[in-house]
Amino acid sequence: MAKIYLDYAATTPLNPNVFKAMLPYLKQDFGNTSSIHSLGQQALGAIDEARAVLADFLGCDAQEIIFTGSATEANNLAVLGTVQAVKNKQPHVITTPIEHHAVLEPCRELEKQGVEVSYLPVDKEGLVTLADVKKALKPNTVLVSIMYANNEVGAIQPIQEIGQLIKKTSPKILFHTDAVQAVNYLDCNVEKLGVDLLTLSAHKIYGPKGVGALFVKNGILIKPLIYGGGQEAGLRSGTENVAGIVGLASAIKEIQNPKHKIQNIRTRQFRDKLIKNILKIIPDAHLNGSLVHRLPNNVNISFRGVEGEAIVIALDQKGIAASTGSACSSKSLEPSHVLLAMGFSEEEAHGSLRITLGRPTTPKDLERLLKVLPPIIQKLRQISGYQL
Amino acid sequence: MKPYYSKQVIEHFLHPKNLGKLKDADGVGKVGNPACGDVMELFIKVEKKNSKEIIKDIKFYTLGCAAAIATSDMACELVKGKTIQEALEINYQDIVGELGDLPPIKIHCSVLAREGLKAAVEDYRKKSKK
Repeated sequence: MAKIYLDYAATTPLNPNVFKAMLPYLKQDFGNTSSIHSLGQQALGAIDEARAVLADFLGCDAQEIIFTGSATEANNLAVLGTVQAVKNKQPHVITTPIEHHAVLEPCRELEKQGVEVSYLPVDKEGLVTLADVKKALKPNTVLVSIMYANNEVGAIQPIQEIGQLIKKTSPKILFHTDAVQAVNYLDCNVEKLGVDLLTLSAHKIYGPKGVGALFVKNGILIKPLIYGGGQEAGLRSGTENVAGIVGLASAIKEIQNPKHKIQNIRTRQFRDKLIKNILKIIPDAHLNGSLVHRLPNNVNISFRGVEGEAIVIALDQKGIAASTGSACSSKSLEPSHVLLAMGFSEEEAHGSLRITLGRPTTPKDLERLLKVLPPIIQKLRQISGYQL
Repeated sequence: MKPYYSKQVIEHFLHPKNLGKLKDADGVGKVGNPACGDVMELFIKVEKKNSKEIIKDIKFYTLGCAAAIATSDMACELVKGKTIQEALEINYQDIVGELGDLPPIKIHCSVLAREGLKAAVEDYRKKSKK
């Protein structure tokens, strides 16, 4: 029986074209970009080209792109790097409680250093409101960091409106968005969005693991996390992962391919049908997150009387890979911090199943899921003694 | 590849042998809390034989992860037919050992199963005093 992968928000397989683009830089074109001989200059040329691809995608200058070793690193650089670079003695930061840990943990680190951090509330659908952003802004606010689309429930935040609001309030306040889950599906033009910093990752968009990027608007003061040879305009020292960076750019080019834009529409149709069918077939189940402001590939459903982890393990036994809230949750026992922030009880937050679709997903895959899932839920409810 | 859960855990998770409720239970123990994700309810039937108290039958309901369900079932297997004294001597390492192994983060599940048994025995003692 062929395995079915439905965990594309965790990671994606490498696109064959991306692999092909990377291959020369893993083999004969192995130069170090800092070397002045031709092999080195060839590598430098490759990452310059990659930078131009990202700049075109984001609508920014090539020199505004900083390649990093992961999106986690890019988020850390955005949050810690900007706040630690400001002269303000009592800086204030605004974020949300539903950010990825790669933003939340640097914020907690800042709090330890005495920085005040405000966590905006989100509504039952996982959305931030403009009114709450407005209320939270203070004269000493230096950074607002709000994710573009959430990894667990797929909630899409009104980044453009928030960007406008922030710039209207004070052009000095920096606005960062973690766009890791959004890049595949949403408009990431930084000017349109009104963001000063934007994080993206390669392995969520059919590129390789181990490479991310941060857009840093020209003129922004930012303190590096890593010191050394001064690569990436001094913001990220360390010999560049040339093959990885070329892979990231190639993955971005694939996104720009109209073929994939059409595919995204198809993915959205699959998603809607899947949600409808699961809710129809399985009683006492409810969709978490917004139906309207939702990533086209995200399904997140809670089943009363059942733990999410148990569903994932049972599905795995049937050859289907899905997830609870976030892949990271398997390393901690805490219920999803996203669902808790959305106002769910701890019990409800434990019962969620995340299914994320991808380019290779077929209607057959989802039919199989629809066949396998109901008896699993039924059995687990029998085990928990849950009465419908 | 070492799977996340051992074969034994998966077997007891998918096909628990002691699932359900004892209608005429002599002791019921309910432990855990929804916040940590696991809630376990344990039912025991006790038979007195030559001044010994033997756990004649035992069943459970568990809302929780695969490890919580498997350890619940294994705890039942281990104590069925034993005296209360013997049953209480079973510790969480015994349960983990019988299941092959558990991921370190899931060890607490086996503690829960033991707590459930303790609670059921306490309930039995309370009831039999009356």
